[in-house]
Amino acid sequence: MERHFDASLRELKEQLVSMAGLVELAIEAATEALQKRDREKIALVHDIERRVNAAHIAVDNSCVKLLALQQPLAADLRLIVATIKINTDLERMGDQAVNIAHNTERYIQGEPLKPLIDLPRMFDEVRVMVRETLDSFVRTDAALAREVLRRDDIVDGLKNKIFRDVLDHVKARPEHIEQGLNLILVARNLERIGDHATNIAEDVIFAITGEDIRHSARVETIKGALT
Amino acid sequence: MSKILEVRELNAWFGATKAVKGIDLSFEGNTVTAIIGPSGCGKSTFIRCLNRLHEEVPDASAEGHVLLNGDDIYGKDIDPVAIRRKIGMVFQKPNPFPSLSVFDNVAIGLRLAGLRRGAMLKEIVEKSLHLSALWDEVKDKLNAPGTSLSGGQQQRLCIARALAVEPSVLLMDEPTSALDPISTAKIEELVTELKKTVTIVIVTHNMQQAARISDSTAFFLLGDMVEYGETSKIFTAPKDARTERYITGRFG
Repeated sequence: MERHFDASLRELKEQLVSMAGLVELAIEAATEALQKRDREKIALVHDIERRVNAAHIAVDNSCVKLLALQQPLAADLRLIVATIKINTDLERMGDQAVNIAHNTERYIQGEPLKPLIDLPRMFDEVRVMVRETLDSFVRTDAALAREVLRRDDIVDGLKNKIFRDVLDHVKARPEHIEQGLNLILVARNLERIGDHATNIAEDVIFAITGEDIRHSARVETIKGALT
Repeated sequence: MSKILEVRELNAWFGATKAVKGIDLSFEGNTVTAIIGPSGCGKSTFIRCLNRLHEEVPDASAEGHVLLNGDDIYGKDIDPVAIRRKIGMVFQKPNPFPSLSVFDNVAIGLRLAGLRRGAMLKEIVEKSLHLSALWDEVKDKLNAPGTSLSGGQQQRLCIARALAVEPSVLLMDEPTSALDPISTAKIEELVTELKKTVTIVIVTHNMQQAARISDSTAFFLLGDMVEYGETSKIFTAPKDARTERYITGRFG
């Protein structure tokens, strides 16, 4: 039996997915800004972030309205609670894209430190994480959400490698310290986006299964997935 | 916590129709258990078996064991009336005795049990009206007819009547379905207070009510108990798809 409430929940999901689409665009624009040293893309990131902020408020308003009017339970309740949390994570991902744009703006004012190898890889991994997280939400696919959790370890590994490489470089060439710092900050911003994607994946799993796998519980889940 | 009421293999019939099918369920002392399920699922019949009220319906029968503090209320030579004092009941529609005053409505159970001493009677009536959160509203009209009170007050009067004989268990069959939201809120507050002294089993169609006031919830469907568990679990992440469908209003 299709309920009127189902239509409202569908609209809410669509709202969130279109906001997530904006966040993806912002991350992509930030990536291109750094890789192609493109100032127009920096402006685009700022423009998208304003739209993300508006969507953030709209999604929260929809959730509050549905909680008040429908008093949802079980899977409906979990979906709305998860949406509120995902909404916050998406907004923060948008903020991180802006941070990348800021750091890129400073970086491209100077000479390139070195050819970018691991950062583009990290960008790609993070983009896949974000995409898979959203797919898992849209398709209510808990298995895919668990995949995202595993991918976060790859992103963390790449960040550590970039930190080490840049550090080695600026130790040898102290005059490059400012440029090195900009790259380290971008890697840090990307890692944070990965963390937000991980949070979203955890919320998706909660919405679908009712299982809370955050913090220590997550370690067990990942162990289980690897064995 | 100890089990105060234990139901084992309980079956109930209306004529040849089986309404309750082999239920096993235990109730811990000083807790509120909500029984939920669609109309006709056997939930009211089930609780009416818990104080042997079901058998009063012509052609109705029950089979199985209901242990109150370890003693089977369906045992041989057990007086159902005595059981109903230990396991009281409040119904959907408030049903004070129309010819009796507020005071006498509460005192009647005690009088039928043989209590005649005026002072003690007065003391217990007052205590029961306090317990049912009605005292302040009726203390100046104890001699007025019970039916002169508002619907919500009448329901609390019926709760006072049930409490006067100091039951161990209080069964409530949709006790707020005929009441306005303010009276409903008062009864819900009362239920939470009363569980300090009595174990409560409540049948309700109101999901939010079950979620607000009960510690455990049992979901009944077609005479079977589909799922039983902690209320917070049942209403956030039920295990059975049928429970999920029912509490999210997708049933049917």
